[in-house]
Amino acid sequence: MAETKLNTLEYDPELCNRCGMCSTVCPHRVFAEGDRAARLVDPDACMECGACALNCEPGAIKVDSDVGCASAMIMAALTRRKEASCC
Amino acid sequence: MGETTSTLNVHDRVTHLLARLGINRNGWRVRPGLYRLGNPGPDAPVLVSANYKLSFDILRSRLDGLDAYILVLDTKGINVWCAAGKGSFGTAELISRIEETRLADEVETRTLIVPQLGATGVCAREVLRRSGFKVRFGPVRAEDIPKFLHDGKAAQEMRRVRFDLRDRAVLIPVETKNALPFVAGASLAAYIGDGAIGSAGIAAASAAGLAGFPVLMPHIPGADFSTKGFVLGGAVALGAAAAALLADDGTSLASRSVRAASYLLALPAITSFLALNFTGCTTFASPSGVRREMNKHIRVMAAMAAAGVILNIARRTARPLKG
Repeated sequence: MAETKLNTLEYDPELCNRCGMCSTVCPHRVFAEGDRAARLVDPDACMECGACALNCEPGAIKVDSDVGCASAMIMAALTRRKEASCC
Repeated sequence: MGETTSTLNVHDRVTHLLARLGINRNGWRVRPGLYRLGNPGPDAPVLVSANYKLSFDILRSRLDGLDAYILVLDTKGINVWCAAGKGSFGTAELISRIEETRLADEVETRTLIVPQLGATGVCAREVLRRSGFKVRFGPVRAEDIPKFLHDGKAAQEMRRVRFDLRDRAVLIPVETKNALPFVAGASLAAYIGDGAIGSAGIAAASAAGLAGFPVLMPHIPGADFSTKGFVLGGAVALGAAAAALLADDGTSLASRSVRAASYLLALPAITSFLALNFTGCTTFASPSGVRREMNKHIRVMAAMAAAGVILNIARRTARPLKG
């Protein structure tokens, strides 16, 4: 994995069982179906929503999911809460 | 079981308008439960939705001519994607809603169509294991559901979330409404402390961030939200600075230059902050990206705003001394 990673997405194709869930649920088409395992085709587009990891039965995908909202993060920092929340 | 239709009446449309304006933020709720739309037979599809009125209404309005069941989850009046991110549109709520509505007795199908964006909160295999219902993730947008039902699958483009001009523009009213007290306060303070140009400058820099940024976003130069905001706010600041320099207010050129400089510092920071704040509205900003951007830019914004205000006040307090 390149060091200039833009997000926390990690994928281990060795564990993939080709269920196709990741390429179904990803709203940014980060994954595509492959012959032997799902392929990571656009990792930089990942917005860390966590849908793929939640629906990956063998646990081949890991991602720190959270809301990507600046005001929520500022509020969380100011109120010293761990979890950011906006809407 | 509730009954519903695919028709939106005047009352629905008025509530949509109010919801888009951010009025009565938490009040637009639909009663959770199972609804019949049209005349669904035993094998009619079951579509899962959130109990935010806008979510439910957009879904049903796209089902014209179809017979279906709609299972509305209790997401506390929040839309599908945001609620899925927090888990209220999630595995546990879906399973308990299946039980509460005695869905297995009401319908013959054992498949539920869950919006694709609900997958952030719904673990399909867990729902199957605990309820016996298979989850199929439908398209991102409700408008594609008829085609999805007809084809039995979603085309690639139906699975990609978009953020078109229209999607961005509808966010302007609610973002403006949320920011209005702060903008009005700052604008008033500037009017008292600086005058009409400063006040108008703050209003224009805010409008650039709240309306100009969402509309122009893809076309503004800059690598990230904040930088694009600095660019847009910089254009506003140049206008305000020119107005300050050219103002025939009887002050020295030095004094007017300081005033212009205070605008060049403070106004881009305002637009940039509002642009950064827009990340939460977008369909693509990742928490890692937003965190990185905040670490990079937010101190600069605060420093520029503070420097601008201090410079502006210093100019004003220095003026009487010069006589």
